[in-house]
Amino acid sequence: MRIGGIVTAVLPDAITREIDIDAPPDVVWAIVTEARHLAGWFSDEAAIDLRQGGAMLLSWHGHGAYRARVETVEPPVTFAFRWVLRDGEEPVPGGSTLVVMTLIPTDAGTRLRVVESGFSDLSWPEHERAHYAGQNAKGWITELDELRAYAARVKTSRHRR
Amino acid sequence: MTQDGPDADQLWAALADPTRLRLLDLLLQHGEATASALATELPITRQGIAKHLLVLQRADLVHAHRTGRETRFTVRDERLAQAQQQMARVASRWGERLARIKRIAEATHNASSAGDAE
Repeated sequence: MRIGGIVTAVLPDAITREIDIDAPPDVVWAIVTEARHLAGWFSDEAAIDLRQGGAMLLSWHGHGAYRARVETVEPPVTFAFRWVLRDGEEPVPGGSTLVVMTLIPTDAGTRLRVVESGFSDLSWPEHERAHYAGQNAKGWITELDELRAYAARVKTSRHRR
Repeated sequence: MTQDGPDADQLWAALADPTRLRLLDLLLQHGEATASALATELPITRQGIAKHLLVLQRADLVHAHRTGRETRFTVRDERLAQAQQQMARVASRWGERLARIKRIAEATHNASSAGDAE
């Protein structure tokens, strides 16, 4: 079985965007990682415990608070976090996407790259699982888990390339 | 904020599986196919294929139509396009966020450079 083809071409598992900034990496790093700045460019309010495994909370007025978890802190180069797609959920692998921000020094300042990945890792919602469990389809859930494990292995080997 | 309600959840959950992505690919290539025909191209059983097709149907990604004793499946292009648009929306949000970071960083840097020059 292969992964790829038409659908994955139009629906890539990762989104990449970058921008050139006329400011040095340490300045950009502060803006990207400090709560007072996160509350400016990302959410309306923000809290962050800036260390690996640290908690983040991103709030939008009228839209609730979304949890995130700091994954990587390597100043002033790499800042990564996982965040959930639905408010009230925990940022665990399988229920969240991973955002990796990389700061690359340039002559003019910094190239800031962001990669958000993991859209195809999103778990099945619980009610879907319950529905299938109710149909006495435990094997199906096991199969899903196996497929997910398979996808993870394929993905790992893709990353190595 | 973020990803667009329970309808979108179901859509992404349906797409969150390599076998289902492969099934969609095969259906796009063939235009339409039966579960049995699809089973000849993938290393899983016809029953397994049927379950995956059911998930895709529930997410409105494929349409099933009976002709005689056969059920044929086709991809609902408009639903796939919807998924693509949602992905594009996620990407454009990052574009906006990066532009805001650039603005703040350059303003901060200019302010501190001006301070240094004095």
